[in-house]
Amino acid sequence: MSTTRSAAILLAKELRLEFRTRELLTGTVIFVLVVIVLFSFAFDPTAADSRRYGPGLLWIAFLFAGSLMLHPSFAREQANQTLDALRMAPISAFAILLGKMLANFIFLAIAEIVLVPVFAVLYNVPLTGVAGRLALVLGLGTLGLVITGTVFSAVSAHARMRELLLPLLLLPILAPLLIAAVEATASLFAEQPALDRTWLTFLGGFDIVFLTASWLLCDFLLEE
Amino acid sequence: MKRLGITVAAAALIFFAGYAALFIAPDESTMHAIQRVFYVHLPLWMVMYSALTVAFIANIAWLATRQIKWDWLGVSAVEVGVVACTGGLATGVLWGKPAWGIWWTWDARLTTAFLLWLLYIAYLLLRGLLEDPERRATLSAIFGIFAFLDAPLVYASNRLWRTQHPAPVIFGGDNSGLNPTMGKVLVICILAMLPVMILLLVDRYRLERMRHEVEELRLAVEARAADSNPAVTRSTA
Repeated sequence: MSTTRSAAILLAKELRLEFRTRELLTGTVIFVLVVIVLFSFAFDPTAADSRRYGPGLLWIAFLFAGSLMLHPSFAREQANQTLDALRMAPISAFAILLGKMLANFIFLAIAEIVLVPVFAVLYNVPLTGVAGRLALVLGLGTLGLVITGTVFSAVSAHARMRELLLPLLLLPILAPLLIAAVEATASLFAEQPALDRTWLTFLGGFDIVFLTASWLLCDFLLEE
Repeated sequence: MKRLGITVAAAALIFFAGYAALFIAPDESTMHAIQRVFYVHLPLWMVMYSALTVAFIANIAWLATRQIKWDWLGVSAVEVGVVACTGGLATGVLWGKPAWGIWWTWDARLTTAFLLWLLYIAYLLLRGLLEDPERRATLSAIFGIFAFLDAPLVYASNRLWRTQHPAPVIFGGDNSGLNPTMGKVLVICILAMLPVMILLLVDRYRLERMRHEVEELRLAVEARAADSNPAVTRSTA
């Protein structure tokens, strides 16, 4: 079976599993909302402040949410040793990883589609006219987040204290992605929105570097 | 005996380098004495980047060959790199206050160094939290490779963003260049610091190998005890 086809089947399995309970999605959305609300207490931002700090707040909230919600991706395969079963199936390790990455991407993207309009309303940031370009930035940024996050979810799944370990491994790696995503988003929230292509290219480069590394290392990552 | 000789030679070289940095190198025209921290600062960064490169190569070599010695080399090199990084950050902060007027700034080089420090501390933490030796070697090697790939990205992103660190003085272009005596002292300091790194690396590697031997002996003793006394097997099973 080809890698794409097996990844698609695994993606369907992940989605079915999540949409039976929707607990991961609900948890992520509420978590980001809590962060957004607490931020307004901590800084009491004016409209000008929101333009300046809004992109940073939004991405910090997504990064923290990602480092929490990506943890079950591999950890929940351990309860019944289902990862062993997946590895015994005649499919490549990359298909398993790719299926999980796509599923995590869809979960985070859904959360973002719900949260970005809420953020725009609460912080008075107009989105009309930049929605398409913002979707592009969010897409590339989220892709980098789920690529590294899914790999590190597999790394930390075997360790003790894994809930704490995943953010410790993931957040420093994502520092360049945070800078690029925040700068690209800030260029869209400005008075005269103009997408900064340098940062968009940087985000694409980040995704390509770590997707290639994941593809090269996935056999070692998922070996038993 | 040979090791003792090398250690004494490295120690003598370090003392000479310290003397040269403090008394032979000429006074810097604007920063004066505080500039002399540079003779420790730059060699420490060279040690850190060499050690982390060794760790990166060792991580790949472990995945490719499955010889456990590469894992020992990987963890040893990361520990040496983290020590050098801590020293480099500390000397940089000490220099920053008198020279820039601030202890710290979020400049490209400083941020990269700090993030590398955090990443490799996380690497050591990850190793401590994984039980099975083979799995520990593999997963930490994967994380080590990701961390090493991240370093140029961190640097590039901060460089594009903002930067304040002095540009490279030695190969920095037309107006750059070092006083010849300063250059010689710097070379001595680098040549003195690298043997220290290699000695630390070798000793740490030997320690890791001995730990591994102790672990294997302990398992062998337990297996033998279980063979001679079936009751033990039953009780531990």
